[in-house]
Amino acid sequence: MMTPPSSAYHSEALLSELAERARELRLASLEMIHRRGAGHPGGSLSAAEIMAALFFHKLNIDPARPDWPERDRFILSKGHASAILYAALARRGFFPRADLEHWGELACHLQGHPDRLKTPGVDMTSGLLGHGIAIGVGLALAARRQGLGYRTYVLMGDGEIQGGIVWEGALAAAKFRAANLTAILDYNDVQLDGSVHDIMPLEPLIDKWRAFNWAVLEINGHNLRQVLEALDTACEIHGRPTIIVAHTTKGKGVSFMEGRSAWHGIAPNAAQLAQAVTEIGRCAE
Amino acid sequence: MSALAIREGYGRALSDYGEINPRVVVLDADTAASTLSSYFAERFPDRFYNIGIAEPCMVDVAAGLALGGLTPFVNGFAALLSLRALEQIRTCVCYARTNVKLAASYAGLSDFKDGPTHHAITDIALLRALPEMTVIVPADAAEAARWVPIVAEYEGPVYLRLSRDAALPAGNEHLPLEIGRGLTLREGSDVTIAATGAMVGRSLLAADELARAGILARVLEIHTIKPLDRELICRAAAETGALVAAEEHSIIGGLGGAVAEALAAGCPAVLEQVGIPDCFARTGPDPETVMDAFGLAVSDIVAASRRALARKPRGR
Repeated sequence: MMTPPSSAYHSEALLSELAERARELRLASLEMIHRRGAGHPGGSLSAAEIMAALFFHKLNIDPARPDWPERDRFILSKGHASAILYAALARRGFFPRADLEHWGELACHLQGHPDRLKTPGVDMTSGLLGHGIAIGVGLALAARRQGLGYRTYVLMGDGEIQGGIVWEGALAAAKFRAANLTAILDYNDVQLDGSVHDIMPLEPLIDKWRAFNWAVLEINGHNLRQVLEALDTACEIHGRPTIIVAHTTKGKGVSFMEGRSAWHGIAPNAAQLAQAVTEIGRCAE
Repeated sequence: MSALAIREGYGRALSDYGEINPRVVVLDADTAASTLSSYFAERFPDRFYNIGIAEPCMVDVAAGLALGGLTPFVNGFAALLSLRALEQIRTCVCYARTNVKLAASYAGLSDFKDGPTHHAITDIALLRALPEMTVIVPADAAEAARWVPIVAEYEGPVYLRLSRDAALPAGNEHLPLEIGRGLTLREGSDVTIAATGAMVGRSLLAADELARAGILARVLEIHTIKPLDRELICRAAAETGALVAAEEHSIIGGLGGAVAEALAAGCPAVLEQVGIPDCFARTGPDPETVMDAFGLAVSDIVAASRRALARKPRGR
């Protein structure tokens, strides 16, 4: 297994800015889910640092040109965490933040799960699990075929990789040496019905990905320095795709949600939201 | 019997078209030597991706290639594409509206040697129910070849249903092909046979036989099951008063179902169906024998036409 370099080349200023972004994304996600009365808080909160690092630092994207052919691609393969994607896209300027208040309304471009045809900045429709890697392979091959330098990122959930299509895609990515593909696993060990290790164990997981001929980076997904370094390291790996196995906590940042499968797919009420906001801390906006 | 197998006509055309359109890339699921996407693979190895026996993955990879601006042709056995990869087709091709072309070979009973596991007799029903999908069924090898550039240049998902085998010639070379516009292959005023795929040539033979008995059968080729040419069908309903739908597919949900929907909605008329009854077929020595044994014989079309005529209201 490759370990990311421990050098401190990302500035403290960047790290604290991204930490603030992650906090904003958590708050926005919970407020959106509360307002709508539906959504997936647990898996949005577990991915906050990863999403902040991608959307406010790593991804080469331009809100003014959402269809720019050379942009990096991002697929939220765990499409049920749409709240945090929408929060990130709005804060990145792809559409007005006011739109978030209308998430899930019939006329709103923000569907329950991401829809590439309706929402600017959504590179691929998702929601039913498992598709991200195989689609990412296609995007990676298209980039190579057309001589474009963009990179494709796929964020997956851990329960998601219980499905066979993920491993079909993993085989294909390795066969075609899709080094321009980075997968990130939000390994929070909680899924709808309980703990991943009870429902359908994945371990030894690092060995599995290595056996599929992927480069594997294992990090703490809430440590922004590790997230950034892993994202950078993946770009330096040649000849094979990279997966960043990010150990995370479901519902991270809210004590009564952390590690609880009950918070996979329900909305907090007003009192719960107020407590969550207190625990996460108001943004310094 | 037309000299060329339908897959042969398609495979050669795809390879030739690759010279003209550099955006076309081709995928197969370890069936290139069967679907004959191998011709393209030999000519353009850098534009061919063999995904192995993993049709769901193949469709998703194709969706990604389409997102990247290319025009992927996905090749596989119709049974596997339409069943195993149906979720990928629904979600990542139709709902996401990626520009993926599904070339579904070995459709119907055409894989006569392997039997019901490899028969695809429900694929039209499944695929035509999907929003955004276009479903096209060529009648013979020459027609299959003509569809390749049309399908490639159409923007959106297409299911091109192909047979492993040769079919009786449809004799439509002189008629222009257009998505959603059926062809009138033979005029007639007593009854209309609306046929698709390998049943088109058989329907022309049936019309000959009916003519010898003094019955004038109109023969329509409905190559596009979706969007259906309702205007052509309703005109035939008005002018002949009785129809037969003929297809190498289950009688549930295929062309017959589509025609029944059109008639019920706008132009009620008698309809008889020629198709595979609601059952699994069997292995056989050749495609013709299997087709004949499962309701698709020329005599079945003739009998259905006579039934339709008999049911026609008096005065028509």
